[in-house]
Amino acid sequence: MSGPRTASDYHPRWYRPYISTYWWLERRSYFAFIMRELSSIFVAWGVIYLLLLIRAVSRGGGATRYQEFLAWSVNPVVLAINVVTLGFVVYHAITWFNLSPQAMVVRIRGKRVPPFWIIASNYLACIVISAAILWLVLGGGS
Amino acid sequence: MAERITMQVARYRPEQEDAPTFQEYEVPCPEEWVVLDGLNYVKDRLDGTLSYRWSCRMGICGSCGMTVNGEPKLTCATFLSDYAPGPVRVEPLRNFPVIRDLVVEIGDFMRKLVRVKPWIVRDDEKPVSEGEYLQTPQEVDEYKQFSMCINCMLCYAACPIYGLDQAFIGPAAIALAQRYNLDTRDEGAAQRHEILSEHEGIWGCTFVGECTEVCPKNVDPAGAIQRYKLTAAMDSLRSLVMPRGGGAQ
Amino acid sequence: MAKRSLEPFLWLLFSAGGVFAALLLPSLLFLFAIAVPLGWLAPPSYEHLLGVLRHPLTRTVLFFLCSLSLIHGAHRFRYTLYEGLRMQHLNEVIVPICYGGAIVGSLWAGYVLLYMR
Repeated sequence: MSGPRTASDYHPRWYRPYISTYWWLERRSYFAFIMRELSSIFVAWGVIYLLLLIRAVSRGGGATRYQEFLAWSVNPVVLAINVVTLGFVVYHAITWFNLSPQAMVVRIRGKRVPPFWIIASNYLACIVISAAILWLVLGGGS
Repeated sequence: MAERITMQVARYRPEQEDAPTFQEYEVPCPEEWVVLDGLNYVKDRLDGTLSYRWSCRMGICGSCGMTVNGEPKLTCATFLSDYAPGPVRVEPLRNFPVIRDLVVEIGDFMRKLVRVKPWIVRDDEKPVSEGEYLQTPQEVDEYKQFSMCINCMLCYAACPIYGLDQAFIGPAAIALAQRYNLDTRDEGAAQRHEILSEHEGIWGCTFVGECTEVCPKNVDPAGAIQRYKLTAAMDSLRSLVMPRGGGAQ
Repeated sequence: MAKRSLEPFLWLLFSAGGVFAALLLPSLLFLFAIAVPLGWLAPPSYEHLLGVLRHPLTRTVLFFLCSLSLIHGAHRFRYTLYEGLRMQHLNEVIVPICYGGAIVGSLWAGYVLLYMR
C-alpha cells in the first residue's frame, strides 16, 4: 500500500504528512472526543470510590468505619478529585445518551422512531432511576 | 460583498520540492461562485500548472474533495463568499498521500471498497423472465440512507483513526457494506462479515463521529458502523452459544 | 470462518457498562461524593444504608454496575492509549493491564458485596 520510494519521471514521490501525537489538540471536536474517552478513568475511580464506601458500611464493627469514610470524603483533595470525577461521569452520560440513536434503530409498528425521542427516553430513564436511588437511599432517617 | 478574494492554494511539485508550499491567487468572488469556480479561474487564467480533480461540479461524482480552511469539503459545494473577506486556504484531502498539488492517491480506499463487495451477492440470480425483485418502501428505507454515498472520501479525511492507522478499513467502506447487508435482495452478509470483523475492520472504530459530521450526503457512516457492531457482536454471541444452529441472519 | 476474536464480546461488555455507568453513576456519585460530604444532604443513617445494601437486589445491581463499568472504563482507556498517545505497539502490555485491572476490580466488588456483616 505504500507508494514507490524513489523519484522518477513516472513515479513521483508522494508526500505523506506526519500525524502528530497531539492531533487531538488541533480541532475542538477531536478534543471533545478525547475528553469523552478520558472519562473512562473517572468512571473507574467512581466505581472504586463507591466500593470503598460499601466496604466501610458493610465490613462490620458498627458505624465507626462509615463515619471515618464520611470524614475522609470531605478531605479537600478527595473532594476536588470527586468534583472532577462527577463532571466527567456526567459528560460520559450526556455523550452516551446523545449518540444512542445512531447506535440503534427503533421501530414502532414499522415506522422509525425519530432520534429525538430515543435520546429523550434515555434522559427520562436516567432521571427516573436517579430519583429512585435518591428516594431509596435518603428514605430512612438520619 | 467582496469583489475579489485571495485563495492560498497548496502546491506540491515532487520533481522540484520535498514538501508542499502555498501559492496565493486573487480571484473574483461573485455570490454564486464556489471554491471550484475559483480553482478553475486560477487554472484557466492565472496558472495553468495547478493540478486538481473535479468532474460533475454538482456534488454527485465525489471527485472534488479537498481541505478548505482546515475542513474536508466538496469544493463544488462550498461557496467562496462564505469565506469573505478571505483568505481561503485550499489544501489536498487529509490522510491520503499527495501526488501533486491538490491531487491525492486514493488507491487505498479503492482497494478497500472492492474488498467489502459493494454489490448484490446472491447464491442464484433470478432470470429476467421471472420479473423483478420486489421491495416494500420500508425495505428500501432500511438501506436507502447508506446508498447515498458518493465515495468522496471526506469521511476518511475527517477520521482520526484512519489518519493514525491506514490499515483501518474506514467509514465509507463499512457504510457501503451495510448498504448491501441491509438490502433484502442481498445474501452476502456472511462474506462481508469476515472482512469487516478483522481488527482493522469495524472494531478499530471508536465512534469519534467526525465522519458523519463532514458527510455531504448525510449518509451517517458512524451510525452504520455502530449498528453493524451490534449485528456482528450478536452474531458472534449466537455462534458461541449455538455453534451449529441459529441459522444465518 | 474468521478465527474467533474477543473484540465483539469486549464491545458488548463495554456497551453494557456504558449504559449502567450513564444511568446509575451520576446520581450515586452526586449523592455520596459531593452532596453528603459538602453537607447539602444529610448522610443516610448507618443502619438504613446497611439495610439497603444487604438486600440481594441491591447487591446484584451494584455488582453489575461495578464490574461492567470497570470493563467499560478499561476498554475505552485501552483505545485512548492507542489513539491519544499512539501506543498501539505496546498493546501486548496494555491489554492485560487494562482488562486485568477490570477483572481484579470486579472480583473485589464481588467479594465486598458478597461478604457483608
